[in-house]
Order: sequence, then C-alpha cells, then structure tokens
Amino acid sequence: MTSPVDEGLLRSLTPGVLGVLVRRGADFATAEDAVQDALVEAVRVWPDDPPRDPRGWLITVAWRRFLDAARADTARRRREDLVDQEPEPGPAAAADDTLLLYFLCAHPSLTPSSAVALTLRAVGGLTTRQIARAYLVPEAAVAQRISRAKRTVSGVRFDRPGDVATVLRVLYLVFNEGYSGDVDLAAEAIRLTRQLATAIDHPEVAGLLALMLLHHARSASRTAPDGGLVPLAEQDRGRWDTGLIAEGVRVLQTALSRDRLGEFQAQAAIAALHADAPTAEETDWVQIVEWYDELAALTDSPVVRLNRAVAVGEADGPRAGLAALAALDASLPRHTAVAAYLHERDGDLATAATLYAEAAHQAQTLAERDHLTRRAARLNARLSGRGVAPERTS
Amino acid sequence: MAKYLLLKHYRGAPAAVNDVPMEHWTPEEISAHVQYMNDFAARLQETGEFVDAQALAPGGTFVRYDGEGRPPVTDGPFAETKDLVAGWMVIDVEGYERAVELAGELSAAPGAGGKPIHEWLELRPFLGTPPTITE
Repeated sequence: MTSPVDEGLLRSLTPGVLGVLVRRGADFATAEDAVQDALVEAVRVWPDDPPRDPRGWLITVAWRRFLDAARADTARRRREDLVDQEPEPGPAAAADDTLLLYFLCAHPSLTPSSAVALTLRAVGGLTTRQIARAYLVPEAAVAQRISRAKRTVSGVRFDRPGDVATVLRVLYLVFNEGYSGDVDLAAEAIRLTRQLATAIDHPEVAGLLALMLLHHARSASRTAPDGGLVPLAEQDRGRWDTGLIAEGVRVLQTALSRDRLGEFQAQAAIAALHADAPTAEETDWVQIVEWYDELAALTDSPVVRLNRAVAVGEADGPRAGLAALAALDASLPRHTAVAAYLHERDGDLATAATLYAEAAHQAQTLAERDHLTRRAARLNARLSGRGVAPERTS
Repeated sequence: MAKYLLLKHYRGAPAAVNDVPMEHWTPEEISAHVQYMNDFAARLQETGEFVDAQALAPGGTFVRYDGEGRPPVTDGPFAETKDLVAGWMVIDVEGYERAVELAGELSAAPGAGGKPIHEWLELRPFLGTPPTITE
C-alpha cells in the first residue's frame, strides 16, 4: 500500500533532527547536508514502507549519512569518536534541539539575507530552489548564501542560549518580505513562529505570532483582482479570516497579561484594534495612537512616528495629523504619501493631487506606485471637472 | 534584500576620468579590463549577490504599433541618440550602501595605461514587493 509522504510532517521534524546531530557534536554544515539527504530518502522510501517512528527514522538515517561524510573527510578520526556518543534524547530535549537550530540559523554573525536563507532551509526544510523562487534570485545565489552561512556558524558553540530577538527579526523578515511564488512565505513564517512558540515561552514570540496571524487574516482582501493594493480603509472586511483573528487576539491577550511589553506585542495590539472594527469608520483611533506612543517609546523608529501621524490624523483630524507630520524628517519613505493623504482628508485636493504624484515617483514598490498614481489621477479628474470614477470597494 | 541595476552607458553618462576610447588601448589593457569584469562577476557569484549580467549591441531599432492590420513601424538606429546603454549587471544586496560599494568597485576596472577608468555607472533600485505589514 502506497501513501504519499506528509511533507508538512517531514518539514516539522527537520529542525529537531538537525538539532540532535549538532548536539551530538556533528559540525553544522555536514549535518545539514546529511539531513537534506535523509529527507530525500524519506520521500523515496516512506510511501512503501512508512516508519513507526518518523523522527527516529530520520535521525538514524541522517546520522548514518553524516558519519559516511565524516569518514570521507580529513577530520576522520576525530569524528568517528562520536559514533558511540549520547543516547537518543527524550521529548524534552527535542524542543531544545529545535530551539538550538533557530538560534544557530539567526546567529548575529550572519547578514539578514543569509540568516533568512539558512532558516528557511535548515529550520523550514525548504529546498534551495524554493527559496530562490521566493526571492526571485538564481538558485546558485541562494546555494552560495547557504553554504557561506553554514561555514560562518560552523564554529559557533552552543553552551548557552542565544538572543531570541535575533530569531524574531529573521522570522519577521520572512513574513514581511519576499515575492511568494510557489511557497507561501507568510504561511511558512507563521508555521515557524508557531513552532518556536511551542519550544520557548516568551511574550515577544507570542507577540510576533499574533502580529502575523492578524495581518495574514487580511491577505485575501489586500489585493484587488487587477493586482492593485487595497488600503486598509477600503478592504472588504467580510473577507477577513475570523479564525485567524480570533487566534491572534487570544495569543496576544495571553502575552500582554505577562506584562512584559515589547514591540511585536504593541504592533499586534494595533492590528487587533483594526481587526476589531466592523467598519473602517468604527476604528478606535484614539487607542491606536496610544499604542503608537508605546511603540515609539520601545523602538524610536521614524517609521513608527510616521504611522503615528496617520493615526493622529484619524483620531484628531487631518490638521493634527499634518502638525504631527511636520515634526518628522521629510525624507522618510512614505512621508510624501502620508502628507498627500492628510491633505486630501483636509479637503485640499489640489495639494493632495500634486503630492500623490510626487509620492508615486518616490515609491519603492510597483504596487505602491500604481496605487498612488491612481489616487493622483482620481483627484486630477475631480479637479478638472471630468467624470469621477467610483471608489473601488473590493 | 534589495535588487539594483548597474547600468553602463556607451553614451549619456558624464565623462570618465580616464576617458580614452577602448580602440586606443593596447591588447593587454583590453585583456586586463575583461579579466577584471569577469573576476568581479565571479566574486559576486561567490557571495550570492549576483543575479544577471548582459551586454547589449549598440545598434537598436525603435518599433511601434501602427494600427489594426498593419505591420509595426520601425525606425532607427539613431546615431545621434544621447543616451545609449551598453549593458547591465543586476545584483541582490543587503542595501543601498553595499550597492554603492560594488558600483564603485566595478567603476575601478582598468582602462588605458592600466589605470582605473573611473567610469560613471548608473545605479537604479528595482521596485520591490510591497511589505505585508505597513501600519
């Protein structure tokens, strides 16, 4: 009887298996190759001969592959000494092995792009090709990044836990950036963050998970049929995923009750307030401004202050928003776009149209440029008394 | 990560410091130049920052639609075109600073007298994918 291999199961076991090998003393680069070999072997063998203990099977096969590679290596003798070391760890150690992998792949000595590539492959179990497609770069480039990253972290010792913030930054990047071809990077980031949350009890891990869930809930409504961006205020809220929202809010509330606020919890709180509003008009902007104040105190990021100006514009009127904006550096990305929006809200359509066009030229993404160009075109049509195209509602 | 285009112009860029046309170089200087370009690309392949590099023939044709049922109209090449692209390299790097650093290196390719050309390269960012979290 042949049954297809559960790829999800296979990939969820990947980091733990690799963690065991590294804990037994295998060098990371060789161990990672060995685990990839074991995964390929599993896909080949399991349909006809499913193992009783998939994790144990993978560890055995990967360890054997590692030893074969080690024997072929010049450091042969040192590694063969490892053969009889350490019994198979119990379930408690399994979580630690997974955690160790997260820390290793997000090690501060790596550049962000290397950490992302290594995390997706070694923790996520994605292939080099899948990662290359997700970031629209040649497979050879990703292969190089991964092998260099493996060399960089090979000498790292794991006698003490790393900083969870570095891991969270990598997972945030996976969620927030990338083209998402045949792999849904956002879903993958959520899976990896969920897995991390079961391995470590930390309010910011929960905060990031909640943030991802609450934003992923809107994914269906974020893009128009023509591929254009639909801003939050114009999204069809009926298409938001209420299951993801409920889970995100639950995860966030538990995290907030620990009273150790961090930037991801604060961002998630803002997303939760948006999720909570049945219509854009019913959004609790006053509370959102308060959360931006918290966030600004935590991160001191200019982008946060820019978003705060938008929120102030909604809470206290566009003039107040423009006043908040005037205090910020005009060269910030999206500064002009925000100014355009606030002037439009203030009824100064001519200024808004000019600023939207200017903002379109400064846009850093195609979708944003097209969106801003449409806004400028719509206002220009109104100003010249030509027909007004109706607002897009979905 | 961000993608950038390094654009090399036949014409249209400000004059290079070592501005001697290639046909006045020695064969060894041409070989050294080609070698430098190949080594540069190989180094970027090694770091995983290389995406693509192409050179273009100078003679181009302008083409436009000429209405239903009619063949496209062609024109050119125009000898007087002010801006003429010679080729490009696409890189995928950590950020703007790294892109500038690499463009500077490429511009140091040797020319006449074996000295760097100090050629002006145009650095253009790609419009990327919008981030998911914006507010």
